[in-house]
Amino acid sequence: MRASANIEAARAPSKAERRSRLADNEQWLGRAMLAPAIVYIIALVGLPFLLALAYSVTNVTVGNTDVRFVGLENFVDALHNPTFLRSLRNTFLFAFISQGLVIVLASFLAAALQKDFRGKWLVRLLILLPWVAPISLGTIGWLWIFEPIYSVINWTLRSIHVFGPNTWPIWLGQANLALASVITVHVWRLLPLATVIVLGGFSSIPQDIHDAASVDGAGFWRRHFQITVPLVLPIMLVAMLFGLIFAFTDMIVIYVLTRGGPYDTTQVLASLAFFTGIEGGNLAGGAAYALFLFPLLAASAVFLLRVARRAEVV
Amino acid sequence: MTPAALKRLGARGVNVALLAAFAAFASFPFAWMLITTFKQTPDLLDPNHNPFVYHQPPTLEHLRVLFFETLFGRWVANTLFVGISVVVITLLLAIPAGYSLARLSGQIGEKLGIAIFLTYLVPSTILFIPLSRVISTLHLQDSLLSLVLVYPSFTVPFCTWLLMGFFKVVPRDLEEAAMIDGLSRFGAFVRVIMPMSIAGVLTVIIFTFTLVTQEFVYGLTFITAASNLTLSVGVPTFLVRGDVYFWGSLMGACFIASVPVAILYNFFVDRFIAGFTVGSVKG
Repeated sequence: MRASANIEAARAPSKAERRSRLADNEQWLGRAMLAPAIVYIIALVGLPFLLALAYSVTNVTVGNTDVRFVGLENFVDALHNPTFLRSLRNTFLFAFISQGLVIVLASFLAAALQKDFRGKWLVRLLILLPWVAPISLGTIGWLWIFEPIYSVINWTLRSIHVFGPNTWPIWLGQANLALASVITVHVWRLLPLATVIVLGGFSSIPQDIHDAASVDGAGFWRRHFQITVPLVLPIMLVAMLFGLIFAFTDMIVIYVLTRGGPYDTTQVLASLAFFTGIEGGNLAGGAAYALFLFPLLAASAVFLLRVARRAEVV
Repeated sequence: MTPAALKRLGARGVNVALLAAFAAFASFPFAWMLITTFKQTPDLLDPNHNPFVYHQPPTLEHLRVLFFETLFGRWVANTLFVGISVVVITLLLAIPAGYSLARLSGQIGEKLGIAIFLTYLVPSTILFIPLSRVISTLHLQDSLLSLVLVYPSFTVPFCTWLLMGFFKVVPRDLEEAAMIDGLSRFGAFVRVIMPMSIAGVLTVIIFTFTLVTQEFVYGLTFITAASNLTLSVGVPTFLVRGDVYFWGSLMGACFIASVPVAILYNFFVDRFIAGFTVGSVKG
């Protein structure tokens, strides 16, 4: 007994030593700590992405057992499909118009938020609400605001006599109004993110620059647009790219507000992919529609990295 | 008053007007939810009534219907379950990965970090079709576990990136001192670095939770049984029956499900934004 205990005792330190050597080996430890996250991401982002590529060159549908390779047929079909082309156009239209508005509004709003004042936390909370609240629920709020009969907008405009007593615009039911409504909701939702990013940029500008400018007699707004804005331009680009990426890929606003209607006039790539692939069961077609988003995203990401790198060098 | 003082007053007036206008625009839908929640239905559904005032006394009827006659309570519970599970998985994966990228992986660490962050930008709208087949192959359709499995695919990249930033600012000397005192490298991480990064971990918990409450596309795709939905999908799809909108209950549900989380999140938002601008703001 005693002998075996001695052997155990003699072996134990060497085991612990080996373990401690492993826990001290930086390279080994670094890989071991990183590996689980990488494996998870590859399994649930990388592989599904490859699967999406594979689906898009087949005729796979839900319940179809005879899956064939069809080459680029799905993509060619898409380009001949007027609904798809309309969705592609809408995707660009919504993203660029809303983010153009967002970046202009954000530069004003961030400027106004720069100074400290009493109750600033409350103003900030209110302005951030649209970004923080679940999008689908915030959008339902808008669904009620745009309601055809009980719309608060219509009531207000009628009561201040902008509309005559018999004007009943149907915000989500007329093509042009529906486009404007969707853009409004996108602006509402993505303005907070852009504002806070730009605000972060403003606060990184050294105070001496502002001081020098005010000694030279420049007023606040003049200083803002001639000095501050050019200095934070890279960060404004970053804010705009994130906004573009979120707007390009969003289907929630469309799904809740219009379902792509009236007559597909507000359909976007993401919602079309959902209606085709999940509700229609045409997995291959849906995957192909969704993949048209990828070049847009890849271009945005590359641009984002360029801007970020340049900003760091400056 | 001197002209300069007048000018300053004017600038301040412009500021206040701007902020008031933006705050009103941003919060109007939520204020509208709140007003609608307590209005009696006949009052709501009269196009001649001024919608800003109560023509009949406020009522709690819509909230009663919401809590006792719909699955709202169930959806709250489902959201909490998915949220907490995803937080646990995210922490287990992102803490070691963030530390590894910050300290141990050297030059490659920087590039890998950016690559991981970029996967956060691969949208669910590209992945939901193949993932729906993966989920049905795993027999997880209609199960909350499908969401628990898939949600970390977007929370882990962002949280790894955020935590990497937190670990980078902890001085290296602290670990080295701990290692001289006899702790292993890993021991130094657990006993010295982790306690100093509690703020980072808390931030990650809040963000993971808000990302989970916001997610819509996967929930809509994987789950069809009404009793297994989360709030963000259940409220817009099942509180609207056919063409009948129960506006009072619907607005109550939206308000309750969005505003408390928003207030919590507000305390952490600066850190979140730092995550977006790392690399583009000079440190």
